[in-house]
Amino acid sequence: MSVKTELDFTLNGRPVNIEVPVDMTVLNLLRDALDMKGTKYACGEGECGACTIEVDGTTINSCLMMAVDLQDREVMTIEGMQTGHMLHPMQQSFVDHGAVQCGFCMPGMIVQANYLVKKNPDLTREEMKRGLEGNVCRCTGYTKVLDAVAAVVGAKG
Amino acid sequence: MSEIEKYIAPEEVAEAVEALGTGGVTIVAGGTDLTPQINEGRCHYEPTLMNIQRIEELNRISLTDGEIRIGCLATVSEIWYNDIIIEHADILCQTANCFASDQIRNAATIGGNICNASPAGDMIIPLLVLGASVELASWKEGAMEIRREPLDKFFKGPGKTIRNENELLVAVIFDKPSADFIGQFRKSGPRPALEISTVTVGIGGDLKDGKLENVRVAFGAVGPTPLRGKATEVALEGQILTEDIISNAAAAAQKDASPIDDIRATTWYRNHLIAVFTEELLNNVC
Repeated sequence: MSVKTELDFTLNGRPVNIEVPVDMTVLNLLRDALDMKGTKYACGEGECGACTIEVDGTTINSCLMMAVDLQDREVMTIEGMQTGHMLHPMQQSFVDHGAVQCGFCMPGMIVQANYLVKKNPDLTREEMKRGLEGNVCRCTGYTKVLDAVAAVVGAKG
Repeated sequence: MSEIEKYIAPEEVAEAVEALGTGGVTIVAGGTDLTPQINEGRCHYEPTLMNIQRIEELNRISLTDGEIRIGCLATVSEIWYNDIIIEHADILCQTANCFASDQIRNAATIGGNICNASPAGDMIIPLLVLGASVELASWKEGAMEIRREPLDKFFKGPGKTIRNENELLVAVIFDKPSADFIGQFRKSGPRPALEISTVTVGIGGDLKDGKLENVRVAFGAVGPTPLRGKATEVALEGQILTEDIISNAAAAAQKDASPIDDIRATTWYRNHLIAVFTEELLNNVC
């Protein structure tokens, strides 16, 4: 067992203090140590985007990032998007457009889509496709996903 | 299974370099190459894990006295959207546009892409075209020592470089390209996202009165390391890009390359692509 270290960071607006093995990934920290199962493990090597989260306002694959590097950083996962029982507009749009089938890729897809729209509120459909390249869905296809994101952009524009 | 005995996260370059001098250190930055390699058992942790992400000065991009300097921690996204790079070294942006996915670009660092020394390392190609050098810092007799080495002499084989274990690659540097500089990058692949390159080609030079001068050509994934296309450079230097010159250059490109058969493509296909991409880029230029 590798040595452990103490870690302080902010998770969905709340401070977290936890001792972690220094070779643990952020994804394992979230799912196994903190029991936050919204962020999914799929490929484990950065190819599929199911584990996408925001760290300091930028999306990354949490399966590739070392947990120790979260020190003093702010993390947002899919669990941090809704307000009380109200879904975030991006989540609601995915529901409204039937963009979800098995749902496994959705947390990563929604976190990444939300990041893209925050970065560029005038996102075109082509830019959505490029921005979501790192998120793989193996059941619905992508048309309804793009419709869902486009609706959010339209609502803002 | 190796165990990590110690974790350090220095905030100063000197601190990191001094720690490296003691030996047995695994360096981690973005983690996008290290994590999968550890998971697949292709590399193992040394007793000390050193996270260099907290060294603020290492992610700066600057232009001073005609020299552009990219700190080793600059991510591919940061390079793509940096004003200095956009204005003077667009070929890096062209490459970033074909690099992995948004999430990986947000984490992957330029220093990691270089030190991983993959023959298919995408960002290396435009840096070779820009004539870049790397700065390697080490700890000697109580002080930091820095050597500068040209990037085209840095790679020794797949995953192998001239960097010693006690050295930290702190920055990549190149002269600000002239106002006449044009640079073009082309990568193969059925889709731009998350594609490990089958063939990459970069061509750059000063285009003056229709002639291409100070030409640099670089190829990826067609040899044991990313490489300079010396024969192609000779075929192009000082030339007006006529149809004949372009087809000579494409033939020279095939001489420069020594591709292998692997899971991504055959030797034949890589040889074909390298000529096609060379022609295509040169046609874009003229």
